[in-house]
Amino acid sequence: MQSQKTYSSYFIILLILLVFSALLNISLGSVSIPINEVISGLFGGETSKESWHYILIDYRLPKAITAILAGGGLAVSGLLMQTLFRNPLAGPFVLGLSSGASLGVAILILGAGAFGGFISGFLLNQWSLVIASALGSFLVLLAVMVVSFKIKDTMAILIIGLMFGSVTAAVVGVLSYFSNAEQLQQYIFWSFGSLGNQSWNGVLILGICAVIGLALSFFSSKSLNALLLGENYAKSMGLHIKKTTFVVILATSILAGSITAFVGPIAFVGLAVPHLVRQFFTTSNHLVLIPAVLLCGSILMLVCDTLAQLPFSEYTLPINAITSLVGAPVVIWLLVRKRKLLF
Amino acid sequence: MTSETKHIILEAKELSIGYSSKKKTEVISSNIDFSISEGVLVALVGANGIGKSTLLRTLAGMQPALQGSVQLNGTSLKEYTALQMANQLSVVLTEAPASKNLTVLELISLGRQPYTNWMGKLSETDQKAIQFALHATDTESLLERKCFELSDGQLQRVYIARALAQDTPLIILDEPTTHLDLYHRAYVLKLLKKLTKETGKTILFSTHEIDLAIQLVDKMLVMTPKAMYFNEPNRLIEDGRFDTLFPKETIDFDKNSGRFQVKK
Repeated sequence: MQSQKTYSSYFIILLILLVFSALLNISLGSVSIPINEVISGLFGGETSKESWHYILIDYRLPKAITAILAGGGLAVSGLLMQTLFRNPLAGPFVLGLSSGASLGVAILILGAGAFGGFISGFLLNQWSLVIASALGSFLVLLAVMVVSFKIKDTMAILIIGLMFGSVTAAVVGVLSYFSNAEQLQQYIFWSFGSLGNQSWNGVLILGICAVIGLALSFFSSKSLNALLLGENYAKSMGLHIKKTTFVVILATSILAGSITAFVGPIAFVGLAVPHLVRQFFTTSNHLVLIPAVLLCGSILMLVCDTLAQLPFSEYTLPINAITSLVGAPVVIWLLVRKRKLLF
Repeated sequence: MTSETKHIILEAKELSIGYSSKKKTEVISSNIDFSISEGVLVALVGANGIGKSTLLRTLAGMQPALQGSVQLNGTSLKEYTALQMANQLSVVLTEAPASKNLTVLELISLGRQPYTNWMGKLSETDQKAIQFALHATDTESLLERKCFELSDGQLQRVYIARALAQDTPLIILDEPTTHLDLYHRAYVLKLLKKLTKETGKTILFSTHEIDLAIQLVDKMLVMTPKAMYFNEPNRLIEDGRFDTLFPKETIDFDKNSGRFQVKK
């Protein structure tokens, strides 16, 4: 696919914005740390207060990295799904992927109570949370895919995504009836979404999953470009449809699944960011769009998190609420301004 | 000047087309035999619902034949991989490309996918093929426009340009003249004629523009409920093949003018 423009200046601007929003995100919080102290603290220098060093390295830096990985990864998975399902409204949340991941986590946390406590301690480490969540989203995506092969109507696919959401809520309801208060609390807090409280070990696991998912996505760029013409055209140009579909689904569920496992279900980033990027990047080439969506998603998530931690106060709002507050108006604004959403 | 001695690009042998599922097999048309040689423009005509699209889809390998075989460039379709096929055959479908957000240049350059590396990087050969396609279809002025901004006539030219950029010996088009005004219908058919003459490509297209097709094409495939006829337009007229195409009470074929007349 050929693009008339090169977008290097756009990417430089996005990178500067990313660095700036990351520094801002790390510097602000219940205790605000001056930017120059942040920089010296991050690069191994001394900070004027010892507690600042601890806050920076053990709390704020892992949180910022989690925000970057989660925002970028969700946004890219949204882009992949919009292309795969040929639907501008597709996204990890809308298609029931987040619901699938929630179901996986609910069965793990709450089901542990229902099936006996002796396995819960063994199961509830971070890897099992990731696997349960990724498996949940993978199964939902697979089910949606099977349905979409039978029903060509893309509207129906979205409705099925919503139905999965309801089924998940019902199963979670049943499971929570049989769970004790502690498990219930653990699940509810997870479902609010939180970027904080990540151990470096957790950040590493999330990073590995994100890199695998993003690499799979990036290497599928050419196939994704072909899919923009629709399945029949793509096939007529020599594309192996089943293989491509599988790789894209795999990449999406690794990204959405692992991110949802760590930070909870986060709405609107996957849906809104690709559309936001399309306002500035006129190309449809995934080789350009994937990195752009990745950077833009990271920036948006950092900004949302900076807002969520309510600078200069002790309170932190659920991140899921903030992304919806920011994301929903963006989608409405795009619809009103353009009168249609294209992908 | 016998076309029989020329190299044969597409051949159907005792072909049976239709749909089959576990429960039942629905045959739409059977005993289809024809062979199309290099550099020929062929129109496929027939009433709505007679199976023109099914035939084209079967010939293009998008759905399996029920019986018989399709030979593309001397080899059975079944033996082609998707990529090998993409080197031999390009298509223009009735369905619009899924994304309307593509620019014209992006859409046309997608035609080079069978030849590019994993990143889709365009070589000099690719650029030349794209330039040729742009020039031939007169779409150079549309390059940066997005598909949703174009008229039906412009879009059809862009789709044809994409197929041209794919640079295959055979191009199959499903109803390329539908939704177009009279000027664009004639324009598209003339363009196809010019392409077969100048590039030696074989082009097969289905159409409802029987009058225009009779004037322009080298050969015609006429699908009727009973049988399928393949010949030059004037021979088909002489043999009265168009008479059985539609119910006579409503429209009748006039042999002298080569046109259909509405019965009053």
